[in-house]
Amino acid sequence: MIQLEVQDLHKCYGKHEVLKGVSLRAESGDVISLIGSSGSGKSTFLRCINFLEHPNAGRIFVQGEELRLRPDGHGALLPEPKQLQHVRTSLAMVFQHFNLWAHMTVLQNVIEAPMSVLKLSRAEAMERAQKHLDRVGIWAQKDSYPAHLSGGQQQRVAIARALAMEPAVLLFDEPTSALDPELVGEVLKVMRQLADEGRTMVVVTHEMGFAREVANHVIFLHKGLIEEQGIPRDVLLKPTSERLQQFLSGQLK
Amino acid sequence: MNELVEYFPAILQGSLVTVKVALLSVLLAILLGLAGAASRLSASRWLRFPAVAYTTLIRGMPDLVLMLLVFYGGQVVVNNIADRYAVEPFDLDPFVAGVSTIGFIFGAYFTETFRGAFMAVPAGQMEAGRAYGMNRWQVFHRILFPQMLRHALPGIGNNWQVLLKSTAIVSMIGLTDMTLLADQAGRTTHQPFIFYSVVAGIYLLFTAASGWGINRLERRYSVGVRHARL
Repeated sequence: MIQLEVQDLHKCYGKHEVLKGVSLRAESGDVISLIGSSGSGKSTFLRCINFLEHPNAGRIFVQGEELRLRPDGHGALLPEPKQLQHVRTSLAMVFQHFNLWAHMTVLQNVIEAPMSVLKLSRAEAMERAQKHLDRVGIWAQKDSYPAHLSGGQQQRVAIARALAMEPAVLLFDEPTSALDPELVGEVLKVMRQLADEGRTMVVVTHEMGFAREVANHVIFLHKGLIEEQGIPRDVLLKPTSERLQQFLSGQLK
Repeated sequence: MNELVEYFPAILQGSLVTVKVALLSVLLAILLGLAGAASRLSASRWLRFPAVAYTTLIRGMPDLVLMLLVFYGGQVVVNNIADRYAVEPFDLDPFVAGVSTIGFIFGAYFTETFRGAFMAVPAGQMEAGRAYGMNRWQVFHRILFPQMLRHALPGIGNNWQVLLKSTAIVSMIGLTDMTLLADQAGRTTHQPFIFYSVVAGIYLLFTAASGWGINRLERRYSVGVRHARL
């Protein structure tokens, strides 16, 4: 089943076009890695999928349901608020800077959206929270505030918060880029487990190891266009485009 | 000493007026401050401009001058209107005039306090709320408002202390707060020093008590923040 499909997405900032028609299709269990140098548009693309940024053109389907979009008169596309809120519950996002709610404990962070958005009872939300905090190894710190946790722990809480929505697709926006090197491993380990469970994931990343070993599809973006894509073995080990060769030789493996 | 015993109950009564004026004005000021901050942060120029004019004008004038302006100027306006429509003019109530002027003045200070506090909440906090399907109201009252309050509390506390002390100026428009009563008692007994000392002491008591309360509130709302320890 196709969980997420994006067709021909365009996005400009003023006159500068950062996405010039990017498409993506994620079936159940797909782990898609988006790679590219900074400024290639990969984060913008991810943020356009759940409308944290407004694309200028393109179509988005989540579990077969197309987002109804209308132009806002300034060139951007506006979604219908109700439908967008509903669609966003199936696209849980993990941010580069975690964005855990600073005034809530770990537990409150994880039960907040299931209760206020999905309208679960506190008991149901707690059950989900325990399950997901347990599996990312943070249940013991459930009453801590985010500021008292390490970056790696915060990001694992953020992953639990995403899982508690039981979404169709997990969107990761450079989830390890803000972490100290020694903390990257614990987050990647959790993401690897999620991939093994068959979760559908779209991951913007600089971690070539993750792209190579965990993803089943890699997309290399360059200046707002897909320069090359395919299975990691081909794309990362035998790149055909010169730009990707340059990009990969610049990365420490 | 006898004079003090004689007038003390009246001054205590007056201190109740002071507390009432202060509490009602701070309520009004906070409401005006929230509305002012909302319009200052609005995307529309037509909403931003009046708020900028409000804070700039009010903060540039002494409280006492504004108070007298509203009270006497307001009375002139009332009289003119009553004249024109041939109805009996009424006197502006000093209590209402006092509360609304102080509330109006401090609304400008609260506008700036709340504006800064709203801006201090990182955009990523609201983004996370939106990304999880919260609607605008949920993002506001579950995320933005509680975090804003944490940043605003020191400013709120500060404004409150200044406002509390500013209530003494309502004695200028004839409201029998404790400052006016002390003034009267001091004149009658020729002992102004004693009576003003008593009033100063009561004000000190009020500000000390509210300082304690504000500290507790700040502690309550700063959960999740790392505290610097020496």
